[in-house]
Amino acid sequence: MYLSLKTQKKLMPLLFLIPGLLFFAIFQIYPLLKGFQMSFLDWQIMPGKVSEFVGLDNYARAFNDVVFGRAFKNTLIYTLVTVPGQMIIAMIVAILINSLPKGKTLFRALYYIPVITSWVIVSLLIRYFFQSPNGIVNYFLVEVFHLVEKPLPWLRDPALAFVPILILGIWKGIGWSMVIYLAALAGVPKELEEASAMDGANGWQNFWHITMPLISPTIVFTMVMLLIGGFNVFISVYLITGGGPRQMTEVMLSYAYHQAFDFLDFGYGAALSYLMAALIITLSFLQIKLLRKPQEIY
Amino acid sequence: MYRRKKNFNIIIRYLLATAGAVLMIFPFLVMVSNAFKANVFVIEYPPKLIPENPSIENFISAWTSNRFQLYFLNSAVVALMATIGTVLFAALTAYAFARFQFKGKEILFALMLIVLMIPDMISIIPRFYLARSLDLRNSLWGLILFYIASGVTGNTFFLRGFFESLPKELEEAMTIDGANPFEIFFRLALPLSKPALATVGIFSFLGNWDEYTWALTIIDEPAKRTLPIAIYSFQGQHGTEWGLVFAAMIIALIPVLIIFISLQRYFAGGITSGAFKG
Repeated sequence: MYLSLKTQKKLMPLLFLIPGLLFFAIFQIYPLLKGFQMSFLDWQIMPGKVSEFVGLDNYARAFNDVVFGRAFKNTLIYTLVTVPGQMIIAMIVAILINSLPKGKTLFRALYYIPVITSWVIVSLLIRYFFQSPNGIVNYFLVEVFHLVEKPLPWLRDPALAFVPILILGIWKGIGWSMVIYLAALAGVPKELEEASAMDGANGWQNFWHITMPLISPTIVFTMVMLLIGGFNVFISVYLITGGGPRQMTEVMLSYAYHQAFDFLDFGYGAALSYLMAALIITLSFLQIKLLRKPQEIY
Repeated sequence: MYRRKKNFNIIIRYLLATAGAVLMIFPFLVMVSNAFKANVFVIEYPPKLIPENPSIENFISAWTSNRFQLYFLNSAVVALMATIGTVLFAALTAYAFARFQFKGKEILFALMLIVLMIPDMISIIPRFYLARSLDLRNSLWGLILFYIASGVTGNTFFLRGFFESLPKELEEAMTIDGANPFEIFFRLALPLSKPALATVGIFSFLGNWDEYTWALTIIDEPAKRTLPIAIYSFQGQHGTEWGLVFAAMIIALIPVLIIFISLQRYFAGGITSGAFKG
């Protein structure tokens, strides 16, 4: 077969693109569209049964659903606690490690270990730590620090059950932000800080007026990534409390997942997912507004 | 005087950094310590960090029981195949975006970025439906294909930037010598991109090795389980034998740690490029 050079040139990009685009179209685009359609249907699990169009019913149901309201609130709490928690601790640790004359790499690696450990493993570890009555956390609270009289029923008490999830969210994420802050701090010219120290600035003034402005794009970047990550909290909740006790610790994704795969209500689960997607897309556009040119960060 | 104050300062910093590091790895110390306690119903109270008669019995029984080796193999096959697919197809796609002009290029790229913003969890229900329609439930292919798809979308962006940063002159020289774009891609662009491909490969492998939610959703058949699923159900079956569960967790963690320690130089670059989130 003979193809003219011009045709060959036109076909070439296609050959490179086809495999990637097939994956993209079949396994990413199609499910996103299908899910959108599902969210308007009273979806029937059994093949062959007709799924009726119910308009916005699934979405309307979400707004009247007390548990979904709670799941939304819990997701918000998770994000508002773990995002600043991770960022502040990571920044303190990064500054501390950056100031060490030797051993930066070792410390960086140690703080990073929770990040590379899978959510399943750390979730099980947290469950072990927060066991009641004889878990390690209770041991420290009762016997070592004498902070409470008797062991706390961590995972059985609705008021307490979310605490281990929050602690896990902060602890596991510190290393990630820290590595990014360390890279940013390494890029701050030493001369600037030295000059400002000569002018009599103390460490705090130095950080606030010299370092902070220089690394602020990095800080915004981590904040946006962590916000999106925070809204995505799922595995830890699913494995540590399963949304319980009495659905008090559900977050948006765990609730959508339970609706679909425990109650087999795919239409409602899809609608909940799309509400969540709308939130995340809004957040992402805020990011684009905040960081006009994201590629300039690094 | 000044010098002594400075030294004192540095010692304090090391103490603080060490205290923080101990806090960060304390749960792992507890996990390792308990894994070496044989036959203890590891809810000791008060807890002891140093095992009295350390033994590797838990590791042996974890490794030889409950088809653990099969799960390890499943995980390895899935993670390796998905990683190879991700690196290859993401590189091909990214190269097309970096080096060719074609209709709708920027629109297509923008579409990929938008999809990248939307977390995979959002479409997990329709993806389950798709996997069922394609008969991919309870099949390792069902894991591999979907992992590749997210990997391609996720890494095309990163690799396009990398390919664009390569000098065009070498490729032009090869073209003049009569090489076609595939020869240029495989013999020049890929070898020059080893660091970027390694970064993509490492992060894909770790992500696929640890993936839990999708595997939980489409795998019911015990023989098709991967490690994260197996470890979780292991804990369900051996609820009080934490030593055994911890030993299983450590075995699953070993490949991750080996990769992390031996390939550390790729990590910082991969994380700070913003392309990867653990």
